[in-house]
Amino acid sequence: MNQPDLTAQSVVKRFGDHVAVDSISFEVARGSFFSILGPSGCGKTTLLRMIAGFLAPDGGEIAIGGRSMRGVAPNRRPVNMVFQQLALFPMMSVGENVEFGLARRGVPRAERRRKAEAMLERVGLAGAAAKRVDELSGGQRQRVAIARSLVLEPTLLLLDEPLGALDLKLREHMKIELKQLQAEFGTTFVYITHDQSEALVLSDHVGVMNHGRFEQIGTPQDLYYRPRTPFVAGFVGDSNRLAGRATGIDGDRVRVDTGDGWIVEARRAGEVASADAVEVFLRPEAATLSRPGEASAAPAATHEGVVESLLFDGAKSAVLLRERRSRREVRIALPQTGEFADLKTGEAVAFHFDPARAVCFRARRDGDA
Amino acid sequence: MPDAAVAATGGSGWRKALLMAPALAWLGLLIVLPHAELAVLSFREQVGPRHYVPSLSHYREFFHEPEYWHTFVRTAWMSIVATSATLLLAFPIAWVIAKIARGRAAAWLFLACMIPFWISETVRTLGWMILLRETGVLPTLLVKLGILAHPVEFLYHDTTILVGLIYTSMLFMIVPLVSSLESLDNALIEAAYDLGANGFTVLRKIVIPHAAPGITAGCIIVFMLTLGNYITPTLLGGKDSGWFTEQIYTEFITRFDWGQGAAFGFLLLVLSTTIVIAGLKLTGQRFGDVMGRQ
Amino acid sequence: MIPSLPRPAWLRAATALYVAAFLGFLFLPLIVVSVFAFNNAPYPAPPWHGFTLDWFFANDPTGRLGMFHDDELMHSIWTSCKVGVWVTLLSVLVGLANALLLERHEFRGKQALSILMLVPLVIPGVILGISILAFASQIAQFLDDHFDWYVRFLRPGLPLVVLGQFSYIATIATLTLRARLSRFDRTLEDAALNLGASRAATFRTILLPYLRPALIGTAMMSFLLSFADFNTTLMLVGGSPPLTVLMYGRMHEGATPVLNAVSVFLMAASAVLAIGLMRRGPRRASG
Repeated sequence: MNQPDLTAQSVVKRFGDHVAVDSISFEVARGSFFSILGPSGCGKTTLLRMIAGFLAPDGGEIAIGGRSMRGVAPNRRPVNMVFQQLALFPMMSVGENVEFGLARRGVPRAERRRKAEAMLERVGLAGAAAKRVDELSGGQRQRVAIARSLVLEPTLLLLDEPLGALDLKLREHMKIELKQLQAEFGTTFVYITHDQSEALVLSDHVGVMNHGRFEQIGTPQDLYYRPRTPFVAGFVGDSNRLAGRATGIDGDRVRVDTGDGWIVEARRAGEVASADAVEVFLRPEAATLSRPGEASAAPAATHEGVVESLLFDGAKSAVLLRERRSRREVRIALPQTGEFADLKTGEAVAFHFDPARAVCFRARRDGDA
Repeated sequence: MPDAAVAATGGSGWRKALLMAPALAWLGLLIVLPHAELAVLSFREQVGPRHYVPSLSHYREFFHEPEYWHTFVRTAWMSIVATSATLLLAFPIAWVIAKIARGRAAAWLFLACMIPFWISETVRTLGWMILLRETGVLPTLLVKLGILAHPVEFLYHDTTILVGLIYTSMLFMIVPLVSSLESLDNALIEAAYDLGANGFTVLRKIVIPHAAPGITAGCIIVFMLTLGNYITPTLLGGKDSGWFTEQIYTEFITRFDWGQGAAFGFLLLVLSTTIVIAGLKLTGQRFGDVMGRQ
Repeated sequence: MIPSLPRPAWLRAATALYVAAFLGFLFLPLIVVSVFAFNNAPYPAPPWHGFTLDWFFANDPTGRLGMFHDDELMHSIWTSCKVGVWVTLLSVLVGLANALLLERHEFRGKQALSILMLVPLVIPGVILGISILAFASQIAQFLDDHFDWYVRFLRPGLPLVVLGQFSYIATIATLTLRARLSRFDRTLEDAALNLGASRAATFRTILLPYLRPALIGTAMMSFLLSFADFNTTLMLVGGSPPLTVLMYGRMHEGATPVLNAVSVFLMAASAVLAIGLMRRGPRRASG
């Protein structure tokens, strides 16, 4: 890994008794797209505002481009930010918005104009310089906000949930556009969001944040397939969560009794001992549905259930069923083949899953999900 | 640590002190201390050349001299009448502007209500004088139409003073009424109708409770302005208009009896403050909220 | 009651009639004043004697003297303008400082201070006038007694008139500027800092342009209020009366059509100002 553009070491921020950011350390490699993913109130905005310089850490060290940022005012940092509500200046034209930072640096007018036009062209807004900000669509404003920052060639671009204000369709579209922009400019992006889909789609690396700490930092695939904590398993992607007690351990296999008559097997994650209270996370697409009586060639245990409701959502369609013995609700993805298109509510079905694709953690003491 | 981040996002002490200085100078030197001085003047009595003792003599004088307190009561009473009349006359117009007229028509009507108030009260009063005096437009017109046998003096009556006061206060009632009525969701009125209410019930149960802050604000401002008015009663009411502000002027400027004038001033202030507080108490509102709406 | 509900025809008619009568009530005095500014008669009263511009332009020292040749009158207009400019300047500056103080800073007694700032609006103007007069005289007396200084500034006259008007117009300026400032999105300032602007540059390039319409509006309002003020001015005025006080004095003596001419002049000036303000309307929406 080359020299990181952003390093944080044991960064702490307290508000009164509340510890918003609790001794966080991480690095972001040059030219990469790093996301900080977490529920609201997890401290991600506080962390971002400390990187931007709007808040001073109570402890620890933030360095950008290898230079410590201690005591450096926000207007002197090599960092620019795309704000949640974009914060485009309504009293200025689009061009003036993009030129704003250059003007503050004392760049001559002609050069400013040239750079701004070139930047607007790169984000697909050629000729929009004279427009007023409120004449633009949501997606165009987004691009102006990004152009306004990138024209300053920052070491680091911070993005504070910039897609939050957009409607669903546009958000999907802008996700792709953002990823392409980042690839094209090669600027290091630090992106914060509470939307796991945005984080997974966009990022090279994601830090999952909870209660002021990182639960796990890794590639999107790591987080999805190899979660290291129950919080990550539950927060990233959809999962069925089953609480129970470990009754037997065989290497990295754990046998779990849900306490109401259902026995499942899962892969052990971290320390789990026999008789521990545990949580099992099973992804809807990890289980395979079959019709009872059909002799399945499954190597794993087969479970039975009754269809409770059908959740049709195109490619993301699923079925909600009740496991026969425990009466627990389980969500299972429907295959794309249309094989179960005729499934009816109340119908009895069977399902099985590879124990390697279900993860088992020792249950947390504080029962927060 | 030298916290540049915090310094850059505001909150430093010297900046606060610098911003506070003008406010303290303004309120201290032009409001608080002058009124303290007024209080001191009113509560003392001159017993020799440049020699004063604390005394209630100026206030006693006020109650002993019927002319003084008659004027006082009359001013208060007429102000209340003028305020009520202004409210009644302004409400339908505010309703039309806020609820019935649409778009440009509403904007024009609102603008039309404002225009006269861009012009000084002196000019407007001049207009009423030309209209109402014995040789004025209205008496002449009435004689021409055969309604009157000979011209009558319409100036120098209490009713004339009231008309002038209502006229000059109108805008200060319309503006808060319109803003409070505009914030009333039409769906509430429709819902009330839908649930079987008639126009009167809607007015009483929906509109007036909703507009209460605006009504209070308007009434307080109008009452204050009427009580403290000088031009309208003295010009339209003539020499015997019997308005309390005129009494203050007479004591202060003509007779140069500042002690007596200060006592009158204080009494007027107490009266207006009492009415303001009573108005707020009656409708359960806070001063800051009501005034902040203006 | 509202357009979406059925309104009987009589109610519609009554509403229209009331609005018409109301507008008549509002504009009648102004129309009458204007008409008699052009009447060729020495008194502003019917009947109509024909059209003349004498009350504006005549310059006959023994007979008619139009407003533009009435030195006393012209001087009083000039006085009002001077006072107005000072009051406007003071009110806008203090109002801006107050708005920034109340919207941007926390301190003990903030609530009390913001209430105290509203108080001048509920004190009758006459009382503001006499209290400032009494206080200023007290200080002047004190300085005279103890230091033998004669401070002209503290005696009735234009400086006191300016202070008297400012004492309540500052409240109105504070209210309007604070209202505008409270709707300001502070992330715009964060964004400016983030783009490399200094604090001073942020104030100049972001906050001032945002407040500009409100600053202009407040300035115009302050000037108009100052120009029209009578109650406070009456108590503090010295030898050089502003227009309102002069007009009042002359109306007491018996009006001549010159006053109508001045009124027409004022209305025209107000109209120009109002149109200027409305031209700015569309830009205000973008801020």
